[in-house]
Amino acid sequence: MALMADLLLQFAQMALVLLLAPLLTGFVRTLKAQMLRRQGPPLLQPYRDLLKLIRKEVVMAENASWLYRVVPYVVFATTFVAASLVPTFATRLVFSHIADLIVIVALLGTARFALALAGLDIGTSFGGIGSSREMMIASLAEPAMLMIVFTLSLLAGSTQLSSVAVFLEGPDVGLRVSLAMALVAMVMVAIAENARIPIDNPATHLELTMVHEAMILEYSGRHLAVIELAASLKLLLYMSLIACMFVPWGMAMRTHDAVALALGAGSYVLKLAMGGFLLALFETGTAKMRVFRIPDFLGAALMLGLLAALLLFVSRGPA
Amino acid sequence: MALTVLLSCIGVLLATGIVAVAGAGWKGLASNLVYAAALAAGAVMLSVGLSALAAAPSGAETLDLPVGLPWLGAHFRLDALSAFFLVVVNLGGFTASLYGLGYGNREESPGRVLPFFPAFLAGMNLVVLADDAFTFLLSWEFMSLASWALVMAHHRVHDNARAGYIYLLMASFGTLALLLAFGLLAGPAGGYAFSAIRAAPPSAGLAAAVLALALLGAGSKAGLVPLHVWLPLAHPAAPSHVSALMSGVMTKVAVYGFVRLVFDLAGPPDWWWGALVLLLGGASAVLGVLYALMQHDLKRLLAYHTVENIGIIFIGLGLALAFRANGMGLAAALALTAALLHVFNHSLFKSLLFLGAGAVLGATGERDMERLGGLIRRMPLTAIAFLAGSAAISALPPFNGFVSEWLTFQAILVSPKLPQWLLKFLVPAVGATLALSAALAAGCFVKAFGATFLGRPRGAAAQQAHETDRASLAAMFVLVALCLLAGLVPGVFIDALAPVGQQLLGARLAPQGQFAWFTIVPIEDSRSSYNGLLLIVFIALGAWLAAAVIHRWASHALRRAPAWDCGFPDASPATQYTAGSFAQPIRRVFGSLVFRAYERVSMPAPGRTEPARFHLRLRDLVWDTFYAPVQGIVDFGADHLNKVQTWTIRAYLSLVFGTVVALLMVLAIWH
Repeated sequence: MALMADLLLQFAQMALVLLLAPLLTGFVRTLKAQMLRRQGPPLLQPYRDLLKLIRKEVVMAENASWLYRVVPYVVFATTFVAASLVPTFATRLVFSHIADLIVIVALLGTARFALALAGLDIGTSFGGIGSSREMMIASLAEPAMLMIVFTLSLLAGSTQLSSVAVFLEGPDVGLRVSLAMALVAMVMVAIAENARIPIDNPATHLELTMVHEAMILEYSGRHLAVIELAASLKLLLYMSLIACMFVPWGMAMRTHDAVALALGAGSYVLKLAMGGFLLALFETGTAKMRVFRIPDFLGAALMLGLLAALLLFVSRGPA
Repeated sequence: MALTVLLSCIGVLLATGIVAVAGAGWKGLASNLVYAAALAAGAVMLSVGLSALAAAPSGAETLDLPVGLPWLGAHFRLDALSAFFLVVVNLGGFTASLYGLGYGNREESPGRVLPFFPAFLAGMNLVVLADDAFTFLLSWEFMSLASWALVMAHHRVHDNARAGYIYLLMASFGTLALLLAFGLLAGPAGGYAFSAIRAAPPSAGLAAAVLALALLGAGSKAGLVPLHVWLPLAHPAAPSHVSALMSGVMTKVAVYGFVRLVFDLAGPPDWWWGALVLLLGGASAVLGVLYALMQHDLKRLLAYHTVENIGIIFIGLGLALAFRANGMGLAAALALTAALLHVFNHSLFKSLLFLGAGAVLGATGERDMERLGGLIRRMPLTAIAFLAGSAAISALPPFNGFVSEWLTFQAILVSPKLPQWLLKFLVPAVGATLALSAALAAGCFVKAFGATFLGRPRGAAAQQAHETDRASLAAMFVLVALCLLAGLVPGVFIDALAPVGQQLLGARLAPQGQFAWFTIVPIEDSRSSYNGLLLIVFIALGAWLAAAVIHRWASHALRRAPAWDCGFPDASPATQYTAGSFAQPIRRVFGSLVFRAYERVSMPAPGRTEPARFHLRLRDLVWDTFYAPVQGIVDFGADHLNKVQTWTIRAYLSLVFGTVVALLMVLAIWH
């Protein structure tokens, strides 16, 4: 019985992230437009875009190989599996033992590897520039991410997200400088990984400034729809990850109580809205960086992560 | 019994080598005979190794033969550690021989390859079985010389002779270091059998010297920075299946030498041993992958990745030493398991990638990626195999490379429990370099696969390539299957490694077979766990779900059209991203520090029609710092000693006389 309930909870979270992802993207877009005093697209526009895209014909370059057609599904599947392993409104995930935080990060790495290959498949210069820069950014973001994982695991004694959330929600944590540093580093990594301003601009098609959009430049129709959905999912994943690791309050911890679950779902949506608002605010207030300033940005994230871990050694906390 | 079988197989290999010398005239027949014999011997030894590993806790089997030094004889021993490395060596030997069955018919100078190939295999097998210093060193040198002969097989190709020369120098240097290490271990009494050394472990000071010599000797063979310089020259120079053996297997034999010396013979470690090995491992991991990123020669790129992966293995070994010195048995077992699993995994995917590169080389005659491209259409099966190998070496789940790197990370996450502050601070930094090298490796293999197999062909050779032969494909797909298997059910492999940890550390990880669905749990359930099998099932389900929805509701129309490329598609394949341009951002980030990279663009003045030129200069800092001064001193000495050759007979006689007088005076003062 408990297993059934756990399974149900797992599937509910999987369905929830899939359904909410385009909404979050739409929400950020609308907010950004309004902050710029534009009317902006309606909230549900991303869903309409997806529907439109899957009804359209695919125009594919003459020399595209099989890899090019397979990659969208690989990217979607790995991102979706990663997203469904992050606790959103409840920690009881049946499948949480499949993967810890490092595996989730590596799964996103698999998606990126596939997409970067697709960028090179046709043999155009824009696809190449996108892939090459994406891999450069990833090579700097991953060590920073690992330092954050190290800090959390030092505190919580675990890299299993459910355990981390339960620990951080508990009374043993207190206010810690290390956590604040790790949070800042995590936000910086999330911005870089999701190709947001100031690293990359998701709204641009100005050739020389794009990274993610350059890789998927040749995609169209249903393939593009799948990739767009995966990109939305990735944004949602990182927001859920930050929520789960740094503000787990309100999440239903190891319980099936309906009230707790409802509370958890409510607080999760609230956290996403808050995160979306902050993202829109930040993006409106910042200008995009030159590509070769990115190492400085991510180097700072790495240093913050390293400092957070080292500070924990010196500090004498209740843990 | 097992040892008798193994030694007779080695005898068969050696005899095959001798027969091959005689039969070199019949090209096709000799090649088939040699590779078939190597294949059969490899299969037999592989199964003996597997069964020995499975039965390992029951104790080691020893055998003494009355050959070699008269007062010593030749000792052989099969314990858990040698059984594991026996499996690694013979799995590599098996697939390389399978590949050779197809490749042998394309070889231009079979007389230079066939006698040495089985000899090389025999040498590696003898090293892991040797149980006394004399047999070990003799086998080690035999292995080095056989592989040197194979490196020189195509000695007329540009630069191969230089590669062989540097390899010979470094190999002699490494053997010299090992000779001294064994001399120190044997002590004044000269107990050269390993059992005698184990019975009388060295004092702390001697043990430290043995560690340093083991790092020099085994490290130079394994390709540890800064002793790696010969490796990216020599490994690519050999025929591709020999490259696979050298990179995939011989470096692992070197790791075996290090483990045998440091974990088994040198007695209990000091904690700073771990710090030293960790530092060298971290430096090798990052520098190896950065050098690899700068290469556009496919095989040399792969060779530099060997340096990287050896670094990852040594990170695991260093952690194991640090934990062991502090009496943390379980953590030490975790780190050692991670390192040994990476030994196994790397031997699989590196062999696979070298065989793939060999297939490309055979089909196009090109190793330079800047002249390849688009091979995924001409060589679809090789492309699939190479893609699987690329994903595995880039540590992407659900392949096997990820599992061992994940285990290494788990060992790193235990490090805060270490009492020494230096280690506390060092290990997270090494963890960051490990993450950096994993991410850079992914970038490097996007580059390698992208430039070779994707895009449009950059030259005529790539345009007319054709799929390679069946035996080569079979060898590659055996390795692909093993890479997947080790990624999906890693628990089975971790359990198989348990006897090695038991033997060396007296500790082992919890049996992974007890966890449902092949989950692996290194320490405890609430801490971390991984399940590759369910992961791939869910990824497959997710992809199937997306594909099913698309199939049901989406439009099926598909039109082929010219590439869009923001409205400016260019018909010339030269406008594609090349391997060099792909690595440019990473070169900008790391290059000025590591390579002293210097770029210059010379633009003609407006109105002039000559081409613009781009110059790039990279320096190899390791060569400049460590090797160039030595080379300078030797050259200087040689130049000045040259004058001696033109002396008169009187001058020679006075030189001899002076030397004798000087020596006599030294002797007189000594007493």
